Amino acid sequence: MKVHQLELRINNEKRMVVVRSADTLLAVLRRNLGLTGAKPGCLNGDCGACTINVDRLPMKSCLMLAIECEGKEITTIEGMHNTPMQQAFVEHFAFQCGYCTSGFIMNAHSLIHNRPNADNQMMKEWLDSNICRCTGYEEIERAVKDVLRKNSQIQ
Amino acid sequence: MRTVGSSVVRKEAWQKVTGTAKYTDDYAFAGLLHAKMVVSTMAHAIITSIDTTEAEKIPGVRAVLLGGSYPLVGEAIRDRPPIAVGKVRYHGEPVALVVADSPVLAKKAANSIQVLYEPLPVVNSATQAFEAGATLVHEKLGEYKRDNEIHPPIPGTNIASHVKIRKGDMEKGWQECDSVVEASVSLSISDHAAMETRCSIAEIGPDGKIKITTSSQAPFMVKRLISQYFGEDMGKIVVETPLVGGAFGGKAAVQLEILVYLASKAVGGRPVKLRNEREEDILTSPCHIGLDATVKLGSDRHGKIKAANIRFLWDGGAYSDKAVDLTRAGAADCTGPYAIDNVWCDSYCMYTNHPYASPFRGFSHSELSFAIERTMDLLAEKVGMDPLTFRKINAIMPGNTTPTRVLLNNSNVGNLPKCIERVHELIQWDEGEMIALDERFVRAKGISCSWKTSTIDPDAPSGVILTFNPDGTINLMSGVIEIGTGTKTVLAQLLAERLNMDVNNIYVKMDVDTQTTPEHWKTVASRGTFMAGKAVLQAAEDVIRQLKAIASCVLRAPIEDLDVADSRVFFRDDPGNGVHFKEIAYGYQYPNGNSIGGQIIGHGHYILRGLTHMNPETGEGRPGPEWTVTAHGIEVLFDRRDCTYKVLKAITVVDIGKVLNDKAARGQVMGAMSLGLSFAGRETFVFDSLGRVRNPQLRTYRPLHYSEAPEYMVEFVETPQIDAPYGARGVGEHGLLGIPAALANALSTAAGVSLQKLPLVPEMIWKAKEHVRP
Repeated sequence: MKVHQLELRINNEKRMVVVRSADTLLAVLRRNLGLTGAKPGCLNGDCGACTINVDRLPMKSCLMLAIECEGKEITTIEGMHNTPMQQAFVEHFAFQCGYCTSGFIMNAHSLIHNRPNADNQMMKEWLDSNICRCTGYEEIERAVKDVLRKNSQIQ
Repeated sequence: MRTVGSSVVRKEAWQKVTGTAKYTDDYAFAGLLHAKMVVSTMAHAIITSIDTTEAEKIPGVRAVLLGGSYPLVGEAIRDRPPIAVGKVRYHGEPVALVVADSPVLAKKAANSIQVLYEPLPVVNSATQAFEAGATLVHEKLGEYKRDNEIHPPIPGTNIASHVKIRKGDMEKGWQECDSVVEASVSLSISDHAAMETRCSIAEIGPDGKIKITTSSQAPFMVKRLISQYFGEDMGKIVVETPLVGGAFGGKAAVQLEILVYLASKAVGGRPVKLRNEREEDILTSPCHIGLDATVKLGSDRHGKIKAANIRFLWDGGAYSDKAVDLTRAGAADCTGPYAIDNVWCDSYCMYTNHPYASPFRGFSHSELSFAIERTMDLLAEKVGMDPLTFRKINAIMPGNTTPTRVLLNNSNVGNLPKCIERVHELIQWDEGEMIALDERFVRAKGISCSWKTSTIDPDAPSGVILTFNPDGTINLMSGVIEIGTGTKTVLAQLLAERLNMDVNNIYVKMDVDTQTTPEHWKTVASRGTFMAGKAVLQAAEDVIRQLKAIASCVLRAPIEDLDVADSRVFFRDDPGNGVHFKEIAYGYQYPNGNSIGGQIIGHGHYILRGLTHMNPETGEGRPGPEWTVTAHGIEVLFDRRDCTYKVLKAITVVDIGKVLNDKAARGQVMGAMSLGLSFAGRETFVFDSLGRVRNPQLRTYRPLHYSEAPEYMVEFVETPQIDAPYGARGVGEHGLLGIPAALANALSTAAGVSLQKLPLVPEMIWKAKEHVRP
């Protein structure tokens, strides 16, 4: 079995890992690095529970190989500390069981960073890549819009 | 009220938004082995051979388990081999289990196992299973061990259970009817699709101690069942459940726990993890029950319903497990929330060659409501009455009896007419049921009502322990699982309210383990707040008594003169004079060093009062404590050209008794509505003619996504349930109950044809419209 030694940049830290060619980034995050915030939901890119940011864009870590990620800047939910999006999710009850939450926050966090003027249509396009089975999505919509609104007021 | 009613932030909120919340699969450690199932590719077939030679050669494979040497399992009827023996009865059934050093090796080994089958005729629906001469799913139905309280299976048929309701005088009832309608409806099996797939870890110590960590709604049931099935001492079994990533009833069944226990046993007790991949979670683990129903309703010329004859054929799948209870629950509330004096219901739990059922949010009630509410619209039309008025004049009220003849009063049933009135206003019913926008598009509205009691075991317990910290803060321990409902935060609110203290000074233990957490039967049936809430209030009285006892020594005052608030015990007539909890919660020390008392530990428990089994011939009995009632409305935008539609508005008004946490309650109701829209509008297992499921992925079995959510309107009516904590009724499931029916009613109006099949996909609507035979 072929293995590779990689240096990954995750949450502003350099981490050395030994991985198989076929290991997904999700598996390496969870198993090798103990970063279990990204969740396996389908391992097929359908549910978005494993969403992280790679070079500030939302990516499904179940669809990326770890060996693709050298030299890239990876941010997981563990790299988020009291961000406006996390605060908004808490305030608006934008989660119930919490299993999809890391993925939703990473997606939404990237959305406000990359598309600070997102309208409803753009929010739909971005947030449709994740599934939440507990809420009616309305709470998530409120949380994201709250952060977008506050950001536009600051500007 | 200080805490009750306010939207207290959930206790586990910051864990969940930082990724530090731990679910079962997040636990891993050196030495953990991994199991992988080999599952059946056929729905009904004889296993002619299983070749494990290649798998056993793979280095790192520690065991390969096949069926044959294990006892049969199953909750109501022990009809299920944990691993198939001789034949398979559903697509996805486990036929072998591999244990290896890593998930990759386990999968590789599982893939190398060759299983050969000889196909058998497939029972592909509940109706087919019921037909005379149908292929038998279980040939030896009469030989299985079973729970004595259930209505027994009928050998030589596919009937696992037959529950009867016989109320009133049917002959007289039909004679009083001027209008009678009969309708048949059906809905196919679907899935819970909780975002966390099921996962279990087991290890067995040298002393025989069995430790199981599992994503379950019922860890205490895991303990009982492993003990019963395998003769293990109950005290040696410790089941731990961390946070659970959604459940919706699917994690109330016990399945992987059994497999992983057997796997650990096969490798000398070493720890083994078994985690479902999504496809296994959909196919192999228990799913959402299906139903074929026939409903005959009749009313007099004033629109008063006089008689109902109902037949439910539940598609319980290949093994009966919880389907027997679902069949009973459906019978108990079979009429929906209407006062009907003459009721005849036959509710059959049918075996088929489909994946087997576990509870699904609503426990048979959204399904039966679809059948009843569709028929209600048809009868209203026949009587020539507005469907909303028709429901209102038949709405169940205090003084009426349920199908099982429970007399309702002002406490044990909510106010349905009031719920209907609010829906009437919110959906702007008077503007018309259907408005044509142009030649293509119409806006159409549908309404429905529902109700539910919780038909749980009459002796189901719930307990709470409170311990104090030296700083006077309190730890709350309850066996309720945090599956997403926020119940444990609500329990803290109830405690804070009773002790009149800051809820931030109460810490809640989120994880449950069956050795140190008092039992809460199962986190199901919207009973967490009621039962554990009652236990919390009793525990609160216990600690108040203890706090006052020690404070009365310290303050040299009679107990009657003392009061408790803001983490202090003080003189009622002089609130400034008293002691803080921190001075007495760990005993009190006098200035000279003498000490009295000790850590204050309180407890409370609750068991449901006065429930009975149902009479096997008439159904008479008290199956649950109270009935929460709901009314729903849905407005759709329907395209008459291609039968596509968009849900514009979804409304639920529920009599919740008392709102304990506003945002949490709204979230529960809205989430349930979303689940209902998804299951009614699109979710179904697509079976081929051989009974195989063609869509076991979230890409092909596609739940509602963000952009597909309608506008939600949620309102509460508050008719207190007198014996419940602050009057609150169960509400975890109720947002879902009438949603499939309301959607079907709206679309039937829009399409101009009665739609009697779920899910309501455009193709089905088009076929119904064009009278195309399926």
